[in-house]
Amino acid sequence: MIFSEKHQLIRKLVREFAEKEFTQELLDRLDETGEFDWEIFRKMAAAGFTGTKIPKEYGGQGSDYLSYVIMMEELARVSPVLSIYANTSNSLGGGPLLFSGTEEQLQKYLVPTAKGEKIMVFALTEPGAGSDAGSITTTAVPDGDYFILNGRKTFISGAPVADYCIVYARTDLTQKGSRGISAFIVDMKLPGVSLGKDENKMGIRGYPTCDVILEDVRVHKSDLLGELNKGFQNAMKTLDGGRLGVAAQSCGIGQACLDEAVKYAKERKQFGRRIADFQGISFMIADMAAELAAAKELTYNAAILKDQNSKDAPVACSMAKYFASEMCNRLAYKAVQIHGGYGYIKDYRVERLYRDARIMTIYEGTSQVQQMVISGSLLK
Amino acid sequence: MRIIVCAKQVPDTNEVKIDPVKGTLIREGVPSILNPDDANALEAALTIRDQNPGSTVSVISMGPPQAMYMLRECLAMGADDAYLLSSRAFGGADTCATSTTLAAGIRKLGKFDLIIGGRQAIDGDTAQVGPQLAQRLGIPVVTYVQKIREIKDGKVIVERQLEDGFEVIEVKMPCMLTAVKELNTPRYMTIGRIEEAFTKTITVWNENDVGLRPESCGLKASPTQVMRSFTPPPKGKGEMLTGTIPEMAAALVKKLSEKHVI
Repeated sequence: MIFSEKHQLIRKLVREFAEKEFTQELLDRLDETGEFDWEIFRKMAAAGFTGTKIPKEYGGQGSDYLSYVIMMEELARVSPVLSIYANTSNSLGGGPLLFSGTEEQLQKYLVPTAKGEKIMVFALTEPGAGSDAGSITTTAVPDGDYFILNGRKTFISGAPVADYCIVYARTDLTQKGSRGISAFIVDMKLPGVSLGKDENKMGIRGYPTCDVILEDVRVHKSDLLGELNKGFQNAMKTLDGGRLGVAAQSCGIGQACLDEAVKYAKERKQFGRRIADFQGISFMIADMAAELAAAKELTYNAAILKDQNSKDAPVACSMAKYFASEMCNRLAYKAVQIHGGYGYIKDYRVERLYRDARIMTIYEGTSQVQQMVISGSLLK
Repeated sequence: MRIIVCAKQVPDTNEVKIDPVKGTLIREGVPSILNPDDANALEAALTIRDQNPGSTVSVISMGPPQAMYMLRECLAMGADDAYLLSSRAFGGADTCATSTTLAAGIRKLGKFDLIIGGRQAIDGDTAQVGPQLAQRLGIPVVTYVQKIREIKDGKVIVERQLEDGFEVIEVKMPCMLTAVKELNTPRYMTIGRIEEAFTKTITVWNENDVGLRPESCGLKASPTQVMRSFTPPPKGKGEMLTGTIPEMAAALVKKLSEKHVI
């Protein structure tokens, strides 16, 4: 992939920012406490990261999907969790608004989200509806100018710090599966909205996740997002872009794993020489580099297809997400293996990368869901 | 206020390695960057502009066409416009010819209130272009500026860095300042400004555009000739003292007095 000067400059900006601002102290604190860091979030917003691919007229930076994946990759290379700080507004938070929002909704909600002044999160998953997202049971019943929402959303990333939440709920109980679902913009301060406890996660600690509970929450009909009963399409379109973000994060993690493995293999001596001089190690590193390069090409290609609004983009995003997320787990495994016992110790960076990598094949559609999407497009 | 910033694209000397056989710099594959002190100069200019509505910041550079990339970076940090003095005739310039060319470019830009440049570029380390440029334009110059205290009534009050302190200098505008890294922390570009930077036109001028004859610029107008460049031989291994602390201290004192250091 040969990048334009513009995209090279975007990479330079994000790399310099991440290497300088994501200090060891900050990264350790995020991992230890699991708490959100507002200071770094505001700095990232000031550099434009929260609005990368949101149009300028809606408070964003007016760049493209390719810039977005470069940003996600470079942020995740230094800190997978902090890449999510920049991602939500561009993807799961801002995405549904961009696809279906009215001008009024865009001005009211997207502008502050793009600027990082407000946090908008995405709530589709429920305790009984994960991969089978069409089986959600949260309901929204019309009542005059309002809808009354009831239900429980689970694993909602960013919910503890969110101002608004896009909630998917059933508006037509006579329809089954993915039909009859609508999207709503829910103000987290509305009466009846409450949060579950923060989940104690394996990795990407420092971006809190919890349940969102809705009990007779009255949402004004002006906050219905998109057409009534057509919310599921909106969710799928959003996830499609979200997958690209996860693919890019995975590439960043993969790069970090490779960097650490190369460094350690050159430093560590056993049997009187560098372990890099053993074929068992050097071939592992060769495989890591080749797989990583392939994943990056898939990801950049999917981004370009998105920028061109190609009909092939959704499957390309699924392929990129599927391959890159599995790749970064293989690389994390090998990076830890090359570090031996030290790789199992928290003092070494690969220990955290190994934990952070694990979610990549799960969130925003598991690898198995991606396989369904890819094969479905071929076998229909 | 109109502020002009002088910037230079330089090889990233942190990445430059020395050819162990030839003793020369290996420039191949070394990334080019905005000279670090010039980034401080630009930041100072942007800060002044932000505090004085209606002000503008123009960046000017002399260099090969690749220097456009560095100027885009300056635009992405927030500069309003950028100018590149580029021509084969400018090649091989020493500081004298460089300042002649920059002065011609700045005259063409017209009226200005302040010129800020970096103290020196990390490739040549001369620190001469700033003062020479001021001389050519007939304006006062303050070098090694570590703080801009105040801009008021057509005057700038700055702190000028010294080895063991600083001077406070009041200078009438228009004037030239050269910045040291202590002056500020350069801001980041933003994604949106990078987008904008690539929609702007960078004006490129050659010797004719700025009214210079070819013999007044570049190598032909450079009195400085590099006779030879070499890498000094390594210092050799230091001597490690051993023994108890009092023994080592005594040995150290003895050696230092032998060398007349103490």
